[in-house]
Amino acid sequence: MATWKRTRGFWVSVILAFAFFAVVEWLIASGTLNIFYVNTLFFMAINVILAVSLHLIIGITGQFSIGHAGFFAVGAYASAIMTMKLQLPFAVGLLAAGAAAMLAGLIIGVPSLRLKGDYLAIATLGFGEIVRIALLNIDYVGGASGMTVAHMTTWPWVFACLLVTIIVIANFTNSTHGRACISIREDEIAADAMGINTTYYKVAAFAIGSFFAGIAGALYAHHFYIIQPSNFGFLKSFDILIFVVLGGLGSLSGAVVAAILLTLVSTFLQNYPETRMIIYSLVLILVMLYRPTGLMGKKELTSLFKWRKAAQGGMNHGGKNTVA
Amino acid sequence: MELIQQLVNGISLGSIYALIALGYTMVYGIVRLINFAHGDVFMVGSFVGFYAVTMLGVGFFPALLLAMAACAVLGMVIERIAYKPLRNATRIAVLITAIGVSLLIEYVTIYLRGAQPEAYPSTLLPERNLELFGVVISGQSLFILGTSLVLMVLLQFIVHRTKIGKAMRAVSHDAEAARLMGINVDNTISATFAIGSALAGAAGVIFGIYYTKIEPLMGILPGLKAFVAAVLGGIGIIPGAMVGGLLLGVIESLVSGLGYSLWRDGVAFIILILILIFRPAGLFGKNVREKV
Repeated sequence: MATWKRTRGFWVSVILAFAFFAVVEWLIASGTLNIFYVNTLFFMAINVILAVSLHLIIGITGQFSIGHAGFFAVGAYASAIMTMKLQLPFAVGLLAAGAAAMLAGLIIGVPSLRLKGDYLAIATLGFGEIVRIALLNIDYVGGASGMTVAHMTTWPWVFACLLVTIIVIANFTNSTHGRACISIREDEIAADAMGINTTYYKVAAFAIGSFFAGIAGALYAHHFYIIQPSNFGFLKSFDILIFVVLGGLGSLSGAVVAAILLTLVSTFLQNYPETRMIIYSLVLILVMLYRPTGLMGKKELTSLFKWRKAAQGGMNHGGKNTVA
Repeated sequence: MELIQQLVNGISLGSIYALIALGYTMVYGIVRLINFAHGDVFMVGSFVGFYAVTMLGVGFFPALLLAMAACAVLGMVIERIAYKPLRNATRIAVLITAIGVSLLIEYVTIYLRGAQPEAYPSTLLPERNLELFGVVISGQSLFILGTSLVLMVLLQFIVHRTKIGKAMRAVSHDAEAARLMGINVDNTISATFAIGSALAGAAGVIFGIYYTKIEPLMGILPGLKAFVAAVLGGIGIIPGAMVGGLLLGVIESLVSGLGYSLWRDGVAFIILILILIFRPAGLFGKNVREKV
């Protein structure tokens, strides 16, 4: 009974998620959702995966990475090569995307995670640009004109990836390892002094985060028919960063909500191309000026409900008076 | 001879990077902020210079001064509106604001005048070339180099010989102590933004003359590379930014000269990562131990 009480929230969420999955699947199958809405939905899910994976790196571990589009690109191209050049099934492409992005995460993470704060940010920004320029210059993947990719992303795949990402990262956050990561975010020197292997946890968070960014890349590549290096510039990295910061650093549901909200906003603003980016940047500036901690702060959606708080404190990690 | 030619090109290009990098380094030195909007101030300077020449019909120097003045005002306005209210916020909040300001400047420019590129008038500077032992040095690159050098010397003078420069150095060393000693920290930060942005504006005009093509998104890549230059020399250190900019320009020209011009932009970032890994404080910086 005690176990049920502790895991009730989890199972309720999973059941709700599957109910949502079934409803959407039925809507798509019956043709009620037209292609525009399906596109928006897929794009939303991909953005949520990206936001949640970056949330682990920035929001939980406090590692200021602004080259996330680099891992996204590595995943997209790795999966495209697997399915289009080597004719392997989509599942293999998906796993290869995650693995390749994780490897990239380790390559960049191990040396540069010794850097702190702004320096790490610049190094990751540089890494993202190097990936983009390298892809531009490799003829095997089509250079600037990009690669054509078959459409293989379907709603079950998108949903499965989304669910796995959120469950893995939420559970990681609530585990011993997650606590270690949070302690690094709060004060790295103190965490080190308490015997936490800070390098290990930073690299682990980086690797997991880039793995899921790679998965998102594979979904993206197989949804949009064509991938080009210009899709993965540092503006894309900024987009992902903005999801995380706008939602509230350290808040998983904040990242999810912000990713959904901003994808909606930018989709509907596409009808006004000349003012779209102006409104977008003004929103960004105003939110940061009047709510620098992001929309949700460190709170989770679940902590808005009393009964969750009474049960286990929900996923309300992080103290109240700490500065990220 | 080819090599010397590349060196000359590299130094001209490098002096543009150095001018932009000075703004990054000064702002970072004083408020510890990566001012992402700096590359866009550079773009605005370029356009102000362009419109001054084509619409007002002025020469090179009045256009340069006009661009510098406009950018100084723009820099101060950005600081007052976007960065000052966030003085005590987290670093990441300020950084996101800077990204927002950068996007805002870019897209307001596109909204106002469209995204089409513009060709800089080529008659602005004397066309004569100088030939030295078989190396052809264009009058333009000498002019560019000369202007940049004068501006850099002027900056050194301001920072080391004037009252506002002394205040800037004090605030960059310890803002709280400077405030206690009666220095108006807010005004000093404003002045820093003004000077840094004026240099970016000058770089914008020079860039327009050198590359002849300007467009609203042109600030992004030179901005990033100038930032790399600032990090290369040690961010927050003024001579470091100059040396970093010149070095980056020369390296880029040599890479292009060797036939890898497509990789030119990549090399800048590879240098950045190598520098950060092996010498995170930059060529001129000292490592500071973090205290608990």
